[in-house]
Amino acid sequence: MTSDAAGAAPESERSTGTFTVKRGLADMLRGGVIMDVVTADQAKIAEDAGAVSVMALERVPADIRRDGGVARMSDPALIEAIQEAVTIPVMAKARIGHFAEAQVLQALAVDYIDESEVLTPADEAHHIDKWAFSVPFVCGATNLGEALRRISEGAAMIRSKGEAGTGNIVEAVRHLRSIIGDIRRLTQADGPEQYGWAKHLSAPIGLVQEIARTGQLPVPLFCAGGIATPSDAALVMQLGAEAVFVGSGIFKSSDPPRMARAIVEATTHYEDAEHVAKVSRGLGEAMRGEEMTEITERLADRGW
Amino acid sequence: MTIGILALQGDVREHALAFAELEVATTPVRRPADLEGLAGIVLPGGESTTLSMLLESSQLFEPLGAVIAGGLPVFGTCAGLVLLAADVLDGRPDQRTFGALDCVVRRNGYGRQRDSFESELSAPTLAAELEMPDSALPAVFIRAPVVVTAGPGVEVLASLSSQGGGRDPVAVRQGSVLATAFHPELTGDRRLHRVFARMVAR
Repeated sequence: MTSDAAGAAPESERSTGTFTVKRGLADMLRGGVIMDVVTADQAKIAEDAGAVSVMALERVPADIRRDGGVARMSDPALIEAIQEAVTIPVMAKARIGHFAEAQVLQALAVDYIDESEVLTPADEAHHIDKWAFSVPFVCGATNLGEALRRISEGAAMIRSKGEAGTGNIVEAVRHLRSIIGDIRRLTQADGPEQYGWAKHLSAPIGLVQEIARTGQLPVPLFCAGGIATPSDAALVMQLGAEAVFVGSGIFKSSDPPRMARAIVEATTHYEDAEHVAKVSRGLGEAMRGEEMTEITERLADRGW
Repeated sequence: MTIGILALQGDVREHALAFAELEVATTPVRRPADLEGLAGIVLPGGESTTLSMLLESSQLFEPLGAVIAGGLPVFGTCAGLVLLAADVLDGRPDQRTFGALDCVVRRNGYGRQRDSFESELSAPTLAAELEMPDSALPAVFIRAPVVVTAGPGVEVLASLSSQGGGRDPVAVRQGSVLATAFHPELTGDRRLHRVFARMVAR
């Protein structure tokens, strides 16, 4: 042991729930795949396949879309069973604005809370004040203004919304291109123009100025909503996503363990087309998927 | 002199930025050919189970293990420490490690994310080696591993009072292996990256 083992130097307190600690976990998930699971067995399959985290929920978005009705936070017993089953971080969803569900998820010690448009919103005007929690939050966004409003409320990770449960990547691509394109354009804006951007985006001027300076969001940007194949993952990673969420795409495919592993490898080797080709071969059927015109309600429109 | 950063998953960018500040060149490592000509390698933070699966599927586990065993300087943070340890508690049964560091670690030994924390450490050895003042070393612990036992050949560079009394080693060195349970790359303090750059230059 070294000299400090004698306890000579006073040691500072442990500070939990700081923004550095919250965004730190998002940083550790970069380059990885977060998978939706509805049972402890599925969580094991996801971990075996190399998932960096699992999202514990009762129904995958494709089933929520099919079944209709009000979609709520999962049963704590289900979340606990999944926490018991795996060693990787476990996330869970709360309804938009439903801070009491979020309090329950924090009490269960989930590792990340997704304030998610996939569930039925609980508040038509307000999102959760995420600064009030020590557990970090991820929120969906369709454009830069929405992303910055969520960050100003305390979100430590942003994901594109895409259109969950469709197996159609087109909306996620639109959202990523919109967010990343506007970040790029914003770096060209001079001082007065930045005020114009803040007004246009309905976003706090401080965050707009920060992005104009740094050219990136102050938290990691992940992609969600419609990823169904390894190539989908490679596409969004090349567009600038830093990690991917896969909802229905794995357990609605014909061979979930193989699909899961293939998407994990494609997310890591997204610039290596030969590797993506290798893992894509003979995967069986991807989830069926839906055309956007077949959809009656867009989940991405939820959130304000 | 170029340092490789294992770039399969995790906070690769923060390590690259830290070395860029010190004007040390880095390159991402994703396949065996990327190991050629490296002066050192960094195993970043991430999920150790994911990293260990990807090391296998990328055919990197054996060649990387061989260069580390051959004495290539290696710096592991958090998940990187887990990958270097001799043995892992509370891991997956099939989780493989390089065994380059005579330590037993417990995954997520400080608890879930709710218990992740920032603290400040004392690291007099680093200060003396770098001839810098021994100011507080900021340390970010994210679902961090605990070093349960460290062998006699392991030098403890910093420790943290453990909840059960006593102290847990949180920055350790053994020969050409440097490892931390926390993430120096998430702070602006570059002392550990400086020390590693010196180990590489030696």
